[in-house]
Amino acid sequence: MKIAAIAGITFKEAKRDRVLYLLFFFAALGIVAARVLAVLTVGDRIKIIKDVGLASISLFGVLMAILIGTGLVYKEIDKKTIFTLLAKPLHRAEFILGKFLGLVLTLCVMTLAMTLIFLAIVYAHTLRIETPLLVAVGFIFLELVLITAVAVLFSCFSTPILSSLFTLAFYLIGHLSWGLELIIRKMRPGAGRTLVRGLYAFLPDLENFNFKTEVVHGLPIPAGIYLSSFLYGVCYTAFILGLAVLVFRRRDFI
Amino acid sequence: MSDAIRIRDLRKNFRLGFIPKTRPVLKGITFSVREGEIFGYLGPNGAGKTTTIKCLLGLIRPDAGTVDIFGRSSLSPRSRETLGFLPENPYFYDYLTAREFLAFTADLFGLARRDKAERIARLLKLVGLERAADLPLRKYSRGMLQRAGLAQALINDPKLVILDEPLGGMDPLGRKEIRDIIVRFKDEGKTVFFTSHILQDIEMICDRVAIIVGGRIVREGALRDLVSEKVLFTEVTVSGIAAEVFGDLGESLSVQGDRVLLRVFGEAKVDEVLDLVRDRRGRLVSLSPRTETLEDIFVETVTRT
Repeated sequence: MKIAAIAGITFKEAKRDRVLYLLFFFAALGIVAARVLAVLTVGDRIKIIKDVGLASISLFGVLMAILIGTGLVYKEIDKKTIFTLLAKPLHRAEFILGKFLGLVLTLCVMTLAMTLIFLAIVYAHTLRIETPLLVAVGFIFLELVLITAVAVLFSCFSTPILSSLFTLAFYLIGHLSWGLELIIRKMRPGAGRTLVRGLYAFLPDLENFNFKTEVVHGLPIPAGIYLSSFLYGVCYTAFILGLAVLVFRRRDFI
Repeated sequence: MSDAIRIRDLRKNFRLGFIPKTRPVLKGITFSVREGEIFGYLGPNGAGKTTTIKCLLGLIRPDAGTVDIFGRSSLSPRSRETLGFLPENPYFYDYLTAREFLAFTADLFGLARRDKAERIARLLKLVGLERAADLPLRKYSRGMLQRAGLAQALINDPKLVILDEPLGGMDPLGRKEIRDIIVRFKDEGKTVFFTSHILQDIEMICDRVAIIVGGRIVREGALRDLVSEKVLFTEVTVSGIAAEVFGDLGESLSVQGDRVLLRVFGEAKVDEVLDLVRDRRGRLVSLSPRTETLEDIFVETVTRT
């Protein structure tokens, strides 16, 4: 109930953010432009529409999560609204979860809206609803949930600008860390390899949520991969949220 | 009577700056607030009043000492179930209306839907915001925000109400209304802990006070014990007689037209002044004995400390 109340107010606040609509506009523009781009390109047009469409949803979704998520907790502290909230019988963990779920709800609505536009564009080209695309969008959303958790974590102790940079760094590292897996394979067994393996286990691997290529090209994906990617996303998000709660619980609100 | 608030040896240091420097803010505070009383917490700016309140609300972790509310540690969210708080400058979500904001705070206490609407309507009436209930809070004046803040502090029908400068920014009529509401809390058996810079208000409604200076409680007790009823001097206003006539009977404070305001020390001299007025066929306009006030005690305590 309390978490739902905080989530509701966060959703209401996020809805008022003009940045959200600006990003949504550009995302829609990107999806629609994919169709124009497809006309100008040599090759399978529908693949280009799907590729650019999914990339737009992913990119603008991440920007929404970072730009809104990093200010979530900071704004409450800066505007001192937190004094009134934490003076109620509210656990700090409930506050963090409420803020997180409020933004996840906002992103869910935005992703749904972007997906509808995307499916409509694809439908206009193929005259059929391509359900596999929903799998790719579903995992993009899972990635957004994780990015939101990271943004909330940084927002607990840092300014929005720094939090945005940290979260962006997390996103970039997350999409490049799979390279470590290649290095591990090529390294000889030993301390160095163990170190790199430890680093790889600690760093996020956001490529776990990237099914765009497989979906666009119609490649088969084993069901186990879905499950492991889903579990990876849920566990990593829970870990980051746990860290955020730990940091937030120790804070003094001067 | 049990304690609503019990603070023992509360200490808090702040570490501020790029190279953190420790600054002690609370240096071992100990006092209790009994259930059902109105307790005034006074102190100059920066004395540690708001820090004490933040410790009471669990917004700040004490470095040492204990803070209990109705026997529960202030760090436990359960201690805030029976507590209502009005911050010094009410900071709320300004895009919400007062009604929406109260509904939100009611949700934080898990109030049932049927109780919620009834309680919100009652509180809006109590603080005089019925007509503005559906206006966004950003359109409210400071005084209106203070009223909305008071309403949210009462949403859970608290046993203890903590008010940080509740009368700041209010016009005289509003101040009287809020004072009356605070006195009504006492009649309903609620405990009130409040800070104010307006010492007359504290003197009018508080049962007990504590004065904090430099992070230490320097005086604490029942108002009637702190403020003596001894007459310090008497202010006498007379007309029709020149100020010089009174000589050293009293100190002339002001002369307006044919009116003279005198400060007279001692009852004997007051009698002499009155005799003189009769003899010289002057007119006595007013005579007011001045007893010690909380302000006198406060100024004396702060200056001495």
